[in-house]
Amino acid sequence: MQIPAQFDYVRASTIEDALALLDRHGPESRVVAGGHSLLPMMKLRLARPEWLIDINDLYELDFILPEATQLRIGALTRHSTLLESADVARLFPIVIDAERVIADPIVRNRGTVGGSLCQADPAEDLATVCDVLRAQAVVRGPGGERILTMDEFHKGPYETAVAQNELLVEIRFPIRPRAGSAYEKVERRVGDWAVVAAGAAVNLAEDGSVDDVAIGLTAVGLDGTIAEAEAVLRGRRPSEELFEEAGRLAALASMPVADQRGPVDYKRHLADELTRRVLRRACARALETQTTTTQEG
Amino acid sequence: MQISMTMNGDEITREIEPRVLLVHFIRDELRLTGTHWGCDTSNCGTCVVLMDGVPVKSCTVLAAMADGHAITTVEGLATGATLDPVQQGFMEEHGLQCGFCTPGMMLTARALLDRNPHPDDTEIREAISGQICRCTGYATIVRSVKWAAEHPVVTENAGEEVPA
Amino acid sequence: MTITEAHAPNPAAGDADRPIGYGRIQRKEDPRFVRGKGHYVDDIVLPGMLHGAILRSPVAHARLVSIDTTRALAHPGVVAVITGQDLLGLKLAWAPTLSADVQAVLVTDKVRFQGQEVAFVIAEDRYAARDALELIDVDYDVLPPVIDARHALDPGAPVIRDDIEGRTDNHIFDWEAGNAAETDAVFASAEVIVKQEIVYPRSHPAPMETCGAVADFEPIEGALTLYETSQAPHAHRTLFAIVSGIPEHKIRIVSPDIGGGFGNKVGIYPGYILAVVGSIVTGRPVKWVEDRSENLMSTSFARDYIMQGEIAATKDGKILALRTNVLADHGAFNATAQPSKYPAGFFHIFTGSYDLQAAHCKVTGVYTNKAPGGVAYACSFRVTEAVLLVERMVDMLARKLEMDPAELRLKNLIKPEQFPYKNKTGWEYDSGNYERALRLSMEIAGYDDLRREQKEKRARGELMGIGVSFFTETVGAGPRKHMDIVGLGMADGAELRIHPTGKAVVRISVQSQGQGHETTFAQIVAEEIGIPPEDIDVVHGDTDQTPFGLGTYGSRSTPVSGAAVALVARKVREKAKFIAAAMLETRPEDLEWEKGRWFVKGDPSVGKTMAEIAMGAHGTVALPEGIDGNLDAEVTYDPPNLTFPFGAYICVVDVDPGTGHVKVRRFIAVDDCGTRINPMIIEGQVHGGLTDGVGMALMQFIGFDEAGNNLGGSFMDYLIPTSMEVPNWETGFTVTPSPHHPIGAKGVGESATVGSPPAILNAVVDAISPLGVTHMDMPCTPARVWAAMQGRATPPI
Repeated sequence: MQIPAQFDYVRASTIEDALALLDRHGPESRVVAGGHSLLPMMKLRLARPEWLIDINDLYELDFILPEATQLRIGALTRHSTLLESADVARLFPIVIDAERVIADPIVRNRGTVGGSLCQADPAEDLATVCDVLRAQAVVRGPGGERILTMDEFHKGPYETAVAQNELLVEIRFPIRPRAGSAYEKVERRVGDWAVVAAGAAVNLAEDGSVDDVAIGLTAVGLDGTIAEAEAVLRGRRPSEELFEEAGRLAALASMPVADQRGPVDYKRHLADELTRRVLRRACARALETQTTTTQEG
Repeated sequence: MQISMTMNGDEITREIEPRVLLVHFIRDELRLTGTHWGCDTSNCGTCVVLMDGVPVKSCTVLAAMADGHAITTVEGLATGATLDPVQQGFMEEHGLQCGFCTPGMMLTARALLDRNPHPDDTEIREAISGQICRCTGYATIVRSVKWAAEHPVVTENAGEEVPA
Repeated sequence: MTITEAHAPNPAAGDADRPIGYGRIQRKEDPRFVRGKGHYVDDIVLPGMLHGAILRSPVAHARLVSIDTTRALAHPGVVAVITGQDLLGLKLAWAPTLSADVQAVLVTDKVRFQGQEVAFVIAEDRYAARDALELIDVDYDVLPPVIDARHALDPGAPVIRDDIEGRTDNHIFDWEAGNAAETDAVFASAEVIVKQEIVYPRSHPAPMETCGAVADFEPIEGALTLYETSQAPHAHRTLFAIVSGIPEHKIRIVSPDIGGGFGNKVGIYPGYILAVVGSIVTGRPVKWVEDRSENLMSTSFARDYIMQGEIAATKDGKILALRTNVLADHGAFNATAQPSKYPAGFFHIFTGSYDLQAAHCKVTGVYTNKAPGGVAYACSFRVTEAVLLVERMVDMLARKLEMDPAELRLKNLIKPEQFPYKNKTGWEYDSGNYERALRLSMEIAGYDDLRREQKEKRARGELMGIGVSFFTETVGAGPRKHMDIVGLGMADGAELRIHPTGKAVVRISVQSQGQGHETTFAQIVAEEIGIPPEDIDVVHGDTDQTPFGLGTYGSRSTPVSGAAVALVARKVREKAKFIAAAMLETRPEDLEWEKGRWFVKGDPSVGKTMAEIAMGAHGTVALPEGIDGNLDAEVTYDPPNLTFPFGAYICVVDVDPGTGHVKVRRFIAVDDCGTRINPMIIEGQVHGGLTDGVGMALMQFIGFDEAGNNLGGSFMDYLIPTSMEVPNWETGFTVTPSPHHPIGAKGVGESATVGSPPAILNAVVDAISPLGVTHMDMPCTPARVWAAMQGRATPPI
């Protein structure tokens, strides 16, 4: 069985402690939470940190906190906690869609939101979810806290704006009225990384037209959401024709590469197909919310 | 480094290298060989144990990370000669063949039943979907878990106690 | 015991559907497994034990320029580093394979596949061993590899096996069966011919427990105890004696609990040999257990057949003939495990379950720069490939004739009255009632309703597919005169002892990897001598404790060893009669048997139970002339023929038109494995094989890039079905006993692995056939199905 190379281990007791440890041990130190990305890499000896700083005791980072205008999620929140949250399900069904297909239930028991985002795998489902929800990442470092947009947070495959001496502490999802969202993934088998996946979030105006929309794709080489596809829908009433056009543009924008999961043409096709599907579902969910809101009002 | 944890109800303390994986700690250090490993990539779930009652893949947890926590392995499922209903269910419904994935499967089943005493087929299948069995084709595992759900207390111990 | 005695009247024949030996009972091995007290190779810790790790080649084809172990040897905890040069000195650098070839234990001259064994580090613990691998400096001179078997025989292709004197190409063998001229004649005048290339891509059995060994060489006695993951401990002992020079009586092989085999644990791998060498060199026990990547990249792969199929028929759907040319990729060393006479295994049963006028197959084996293996995955010696070929061809014929695929099969199945049936390639099928099985599976499936539903769905643009397959297996190898593995006849022994108190122990030469031998074989004895299964211990897996035999693979345990066990029990029963007669002071011919007891004919109250007879045998009863004082017997069973289990499978799939994703909605499996012993265990064997079928049909695939990099080298890339990809299996059975097997049993371990892939593939093709698709090759991943839907189906290799 594969085993990691030697390293030293230290457990952080608070955020400040973790930051101090990162500062002390420098670039050869890595933070570990769930460990489900880092430890397999270390076993393959593709990663060889000299120090592991275990942040699993930072319970203050394990929270799901609904506020009036945003939902705050601690970076140490486990995927399984997110999946089971009624608040999350009510406000952001896309998160549930995605969490159900992230790895497997046992991995989700251990893996954390922050870990997934900081690993920044190009096939990471949660990154797309955060993109389309226009999430903010709260990063803390020696100089205090920075709040980043996802555009600022993502720097490319396996790279984020979180500096070596910083810690991602929180993700914030803005709560919007008449919102709907959805995620769909094609995978070769349950638990596999996405061949392609798509996420969409829409907010309808009171007249039922699209007030705002975000469309994101996973595993097709894109950073951020797809503005040209979003522009098709903005200000117009959702319709199959618009979904089709958005799907077409999303496929055009995509830059997949061929791999074991599929060739380029198939991935482009999925970009189109899945964009249409998630838009359809997100809009239907937004309408449901609208109906509920109206009834309640 | 020194670590302490509750292992199947017993307090233990050991000196280890930081890179020792929990699965190796359990197997090599504590000689509890009921926990197996089957891959190196967190895909197969053969190494599943319960950490504070939650199933985790012990090949992807450092022993150091389990310091201060409670671990349950297959050896901790039965109470003396009395089997856990899950263990009995696996025997009743042929939920195992080679026995290699079985400890992990049973621990996941136990955790599921603790949270959801009457899971349906889909819930059981989802719960074990991070664990691979090459022998059974899963249907008999689903039946075994259902048997356990229907027999929350095993009154008769059909299996013979095997000396350790 | 002689063969003729094997053909004692079959007690099951008159009451065919009755399972024997107490039927569905819980498994005797389960109490230890559910407590985590199974005992697998990696659980073994011996005093002073060292740990071995193998350095493997990162490239597929390269000259070994130099290897420097200085830094590794200096690493704390490292005891020894063994290289190919060291083995040359010991004459152990090359080991014979199971197919009359040799395989490098450690590379001496040239690397021939990615993952090949280059050096072996032995250290105090696994950490030091693993760390030291990185300290071995190897210089490779990379050569162009041969990856595509289609180009292996091209003039100018790199010669992989330049170690074999006089080798100028990568050709291994040509082999054929059937009659080419007769077949060509039928094709020449046939009304309908369908041709198709069908690829059965490379896969891997990937049992949950990887391969491993603990070698313990005791220098004073010169004795080797080898604990290993072996499906064939006795054959391994003989081969180790031949390879190592250690006398065979000084070798003990122990195969403890095995975490699944599926054929992966038949061969002798370099790691086992290295553990032995390591123990001899260091004088301490050495453990070697491979990791998952090593398992997937270096131990026996399976399949890798490129088959050109042709089927001939009349316009009204009478199948006349089949022919095929096969290109078989055997990897870098010809190390397939099959009877010596049959380099393509039993592929020539590709005529399947149909009554044909003619058939011919030709198989060409080639070397490529890939891991060796070939017959290694619950395939019954290549029956998997044969069944895929015939069942795909029959399905394509049905489409061409616009006939229902089930109906076409019903029209052409061999009829019950034709058994024993001689097929056109030399097999004699023992028994069968094929139509009954197919009709039963159609009934369970609700076949006509399914077709109606499909029609409605197609009208709405939905893609629902129904796939049918019918298979005939050939298992239980084999008659010794025809079948051997490296010269060892494929027979199996059994010994039975009844202790004085009437408890029994039966020792068998086959080895369980999860099949439940400890239960099934106790049940066979129970059926024959009337002692309940819980009073019978089954001993297996230890060459010092069991009689010689060839082991568990090719579904041969019940057909061969099961027969040996039935016969040894009958021998004991017969002996018991003489002892009972002495005890009752009567003549043996005046006694009659009822389960567990001999009694006086006409006076059932006067008799002796087996326990009483056993005590008598070991006690003070005056024994008749020629009867010695025990109640023991032994037998070696040489099967007169193979057995031919069969089955009818129906699969229902739904394909997502937008993504090509396949969902297996239902699977109906009707199996006939002859007389049944424990229906629960049989069902388990079938379920497992069906899951293998889903894996192979939808996802399991070991691919390579052009440089020879293995693309399926971990469970991240080599995908195995989870609980979510498989349905709740629907099973049924018929019982057609084997006329030549003592209890009529045929074996079932691999039936479903053999029969299910074509059912699933046929269902997928059926689902997407409205788009004009007539064929696609496995695996049916979403991307590949979608490509087929666009008219761009490509072979996977």
